[in-house]
Amino acid sequence: MAKLNMVKALNLALLEEMERDPDVLVIGEDVGVDGGVFRVTEDLHRRFGGTRVIDSPLAEAAIIGCSVGMALYGLKPVCEIQFSGFAFQCFHQIENHAARYRQRSQGRFHCQMVIRMPYGGGVRALEHHSESEEQFYAHIPGLKMVIPSGPRTARALLVAAIRDPDPVVFFEHKALYHASKEEVPDESEAMPIGRAQVVREGRGLTLVAYGAMLRVALEAAETLQAEDGVAPEVIDLLTISPLDRETLTASVARTGRAVIVHEAPRSFGPGAEIAASIMEGAFLSLEAPIRRVEAYDVPFPGFAREKANVPDVARVLAAARETLAF
Amino acid sequence: MPRTQIEPQFPTERLSILDSDGKLDTKLEPKLSPDDLKRLYRAMVLGRRLDERMLKLQRQGRIGTFAPIKGQEASQMGSVFTLTPTDWMVPSFRETASMLWRGWPIEKILLLFAGRLEGSQPGPEQRDLPIAIPVATQLPHAVGIAYGIQYRGEDAVVMAYFGDGATSEGDFHEACNFAGVWHVPVVFVCQNNQWAISVPIKKQTNSRTIAQKASAYGFPGIQVDGNDVLAVYAASREAVDKARAGEGPTLIECVTYRLGVHTTADDPTKYRADEEVKAWEQKDPLTRFRAYLEKKKLLDGSVEEQVDEEIARAVERFEAMPPADPLGMFDHAYAELPPDVAAQRAELAVRLEAAADATAPAGAEPVSPPMRGQRRTSRWQN
Repeated sequence: MAKLNMVKALNLALLEEMERDPDVLVIGEDVGVDGGVFRVTEDLHRRFGGTRVIDSPLAEAAIIGCSVGMALYGLKPVCEIQFSGFAFQCFHQIENHAARYRQRSQGRFHCQMVIRMPYGGGVRALEHHSESEEQFYAHIPGLKMVIPSGPRTARALLVAAIRDPDPVVFFEHKALYHASKEEVPDESEAMPIGRAQVVREGRGLTLVAYGAMLRVALEAAETLQAEDGVAPEVIDLLTISPLDRETLTASVARTGRAVIVHEAPRSFGPGAEIAASIMEGAFLSLEAPIRRVEAYDVPFPGFAREKANVPDVARVLAAARETLAF
Repeated sequence: MPRTQIEPQFPTERLSILDSDGKLDTKLEPKLSPDDLKRLYRAMVLGRRLDERMLKLQRQGRIGTFAPIKGQEASQMGSVFTLTPTDWMVPSFRETASMLWRGWPIEKILLLFAGRLEGSQPGPEQRDLPIAIPVATQLPHAVGIAYGIQYRGEDAVVMAYFGDGATSEGDFHEACNFAGVWHVPVVFVCQNNQWAISVPIKKQTNSRTIAQKASAYGFPGIQVDGNDVLAVYAASREAVDKARAGEGPTLIECVTYRLGVHTTADDPTKYRADEEVKAWEQKDPLTRFRAYLEKKKLLDGSVEEQVDEEIARAVERFEAMPPADPLGMFDHAYAELPPDVAAQRAELAVRLEAAADATAPAGAEPVSPPMRGQRRTSRWQN
């Protein structure tokens, strides 16, 4: 077991899969010689060369569009979009093509590809470098939307995403890249896509989170246990689409209360879908209305105000306490 | 320092071999066997006749909206004729003749335009992409496939189709740029049919030609008379051979004309002059090629009849197909249906069964499946 941060864990997953399967290749801006602006693809260029680790021209639509072509041909590209805020320049390739080729060709072609992108706030970045926009991808049929919460899940889910026969959008939270180290097994490890994890068993309240918000939820859970005598259950969603409704509803059926935490803006966000799913599956167990803690419905406001926009422990605690007092 | 001239790396050529007056440049005349010439003609006639038949089927409501090809048969057949079955063909939405040549059954094309995705399923060995409706977005796919060919060292090329309007899209430029940088075996075939729905080429680009745009990306572009099947063939032959030999991409601009509607949903009399259409009718690629073949005594009078018969049989097969099974929409959404979507499929199956069983006695079970966690009784009943 090695202790790795998330960057190293992702790098390990890429290395493992590229060694395992010569059809896996990496493409993006600065992913080659530079090793990616966050160093996720570091050293891959030296090991596998420029035809497998492609420093592409600066063009998101062509990175994804050409990768769609590679995937139709039978390769398995892992594309990097430097920041998720720039993915709208290739959104049409993701929605119109990557997600649809299997259906459009009635199974003759499919797009086995992974689209990696850093997302999320909290690192004092420029405009378009801090948004959380997972809801757009989660809403697209034919795509899968995955967000790991730490080094181990990042490595195991990226391995699974590369092996998944359907296109996967893979979000990596920038604030998690170097946040902590975690034991990662020596053997290659793949986690199933589409399954949430109960990372803290508990009673009285379920906190649902993913990505960087998992740490916020876990910290809030500790505080609630210490100060309120409630030991909340905490769920790490890991996959936003397809959503693991079973784990969600089973948890809330036990605890009776739910608070959902995410960084995407509130309206029409993942929290709405999660809440609806809990309503459908565990309505009779609910002791209180489901609460959501999210970013506000404003464009990401610049880093001087990001702390006020991104959910923090205090906001989660306030929502949890209101729910518990209902 | 004085200002100096930088000569373009690739000058833009124009190629015409057989003009609309029947004049033939014998020095440039491609060496095609009589059999190839006859096959080319038959394929062009098939494209034209199917187009005309489809227009009637659409007006009768038997198929939906489609994009007719009338006038563009030479651009399509002259280019696609140079491919082998192991090459790839990436169409836009107006390549009926090319698709027929690549082995798409007529009834499949009809199915697609009757709103059924079964019609866009290529055969198991067929190296054609399904048609792309968004404009220019298929071009990066062609470049990606060409990258794959180069990556695996395979002996194949990719031919990608698009119209003049597509050259305004970012995806066209990004695809050309990547193709140039990667030096991959792709041939871009632009059918410049003068109109992107109602916008004429003059309002589409301020470039003198579309072919010259290739220069900016570091590979050759050539303009050809797109109604001259010999010229399109010659330019395509050269481009495909070069791509196969590892000499990179080419952009071919076929200057042609869409004689009919953009799609069956628009009325071109609103935006273009009759005189213009009449002038282009004089340049009809079929008339011109027919005259050429007549001179060579290669015309077999029954081509049109044979083709019509083939179309009629296909239309019969198309209309004899069972109606679309609604559950089919779930079949290829994912490799494996996620539990949620599988539940949605089951829900639709129950509804369909109930609808099929509409004669069931009153008081039968409700058609909706129970919601998860639904209570058996409700408060207002207690």
